[in-house]
Amino acid sequence: MDHLAESRSATIRFGDFTAVDDVDLAVGSGEVVGLLGANGAGKTTLIRMLLGLLTPTRGTVSLFGGPPSRATRRRVGYVPQTLGLYDDLTVQENWAFTGAAFDTKEQALPESIADSGHELVGDLSLGLQRRVAFAVAFSHDPDLLILDEPTSGVGPLSRARLWEDIRASAENGTGVLVTTHNMEEAEQCDRLVFMVDGRVAAAGTLSDVIGDRQVVQVDSDDWRQAFSALDGDGFVVQVQGDCLRVPGTPGQVDELLRRHQLTGNVTAVPANLEETFFDIVTSASRQ
Amino acid sequence: MVGGDGAGKSTLLRALVGLVRLSAGTARRPGKRSIGYIPATAGLYVDLTVEKNLAFIGRAYGVTGAEYVTRSEGLLERIGLTQARSRLGGQLSGGMQRKLAVAMALFHDPELLVLDEPTTGVDPVSRAELWRLIARAAARDTAVVVATTYVDEANRGSTVLLMDQGRAIATGSPSDIIAAVPGAVGVVRDAVRPRGPSWRSGSSWRVWAPSDSLPEGAESVTPTFDDAVMIAALADGEKA
Repeated sequence: MDHLAESRSATIRFGDFTAVDDVDLAVGSGEVVGLLGANGAGKTTLIRMLLGLLTPTRGTVSLFGGPPSRATRRRVGYVPQTLGLYDDLTVQENWAFTGAAFDTKEQALPESIADSGHELVGDLSLGLQRRVAFAVAFSHDPDLLILDEPTSGVGPLSRARLWEDIRASAENGTGVLVTTHNMEEAEQCDRLVFMVDGRVAAAGTLSDVIGDRQVVQVDSDDWRQAFSALDGDGFVVQVQGDCLRVPGTPGQVDELLRRHQLTGNVTAVPANLEETFFDIVTSASRQ
Repeated sequence: MVGGDGAGKSTLLRALVGLVRLSAGTARRPGKRSIGYIPATAGLYVDLTVEKNLAFIGRAYGVTGAEYVTRSEGLLERIGLTQARSRLGGQLSGGMQRKLAVAMALFHDPELLVLDEPTTGVDPVSRAELWRLIARAAARDTAVVVATTYVDEANRGSTVLLMDQGRAIATGSPSDIIAAVPGAVGVVRDAVRPRGPSWRSGSSWRVWAPSDSLPEGAESVTPTFDDAVMIAALADGEKA
């Protein structure tokens, strides 16, 4: 498969600091790839290399099969977390500005935002601003979309509509690279790439990445006592309603509860993506 | 408390802690000195060091001497900022700033802790650490109210309030909210949108049949909490 964007052993150093270290990443036509990692893991630096805004110290990057350039960047649609719109211009003016910058033929505003054409972007709700930012990014028919936390802060229906737009363009052959801290958003992707300290720590589909990781679920009559006992012993306990979830084995947890004269139903359950993330990051930094 | 931007979460929290007056209805709360509250955009002084932030809060609540040392050292250790005590608040990462803010709100051991979007924009590792701090407070019998835009975080609450456009669109425990879903939910593994109210889940679609009769080709599934949230929003006729 021809990749729209690709990095091979890409490495970049700033002085003594290696921000991106030996990273292979590829985004193909029609796929939605999620790039995950803690703040400072190197996600943004990697994207800036793929766009040709930074030059790798070692390794290679390519955009549409060649070195990134102004010409290939024209085929990319980018929606930053801050949306990249002009708040003091109307929706129509933002649309026209992007059209002129990309030299696309004059187009009518898409139906989804047409009603707000004469309103200042700064006066719109965040959900609507995001729709405008998407429409603007999609307007020059990009072959590759790069989206940073695309649905941050919007309600469930607006989020669903934005993902419909993302999916529809992927089905038309656009490749999509999404960076996010939002696990619901990550679960929408076809493939995930986890970065830790500049390196790829895990990659694959959602089920590949989670693998057979398990956590221990504790259902007890008094979650507060069980929490205090486990937390006091150094377990990273997460509370979900009245039950607890902890990394470890049922045996370890059971024994600890007994030592504190506590009872509870202790079972191993499949880990969710957030627990997997925590495990990947903490075990990679231990190494 | 879960909802998107503009749902009314912050205003409701402000009414709860007594910063805005209700036009109708009532809010009950403990006395001011028993509340810890962090607004979405603040909670610490960026131009003071970590240590001075804590010292300020200690003096404000009249905690001094040995008691101050015990509490502030304990908090610093629990939030992992012992080594960063001389750094300015503004030099900390977003996640660390939020942890320090939560620690400051907990300094006087409040009966009620109110946090407005403490985890927005925070990476998942820092988020897990923040929730651990919050759970510790709840385990010591502090009542905690947290606003969030992340639906998956709602699962952490024993009671959830879903908000949209200033109104509650669902309330109860996560399992109550799932149990209250009317009709049937199905999954359609196809690129073509199924008939009826539907939304994306990865490359497939979820479809909701309020009347129980799913469209052809839909495989019936047990609703998840995410489904229940979508359905509450659809049923409420949320506008974009």
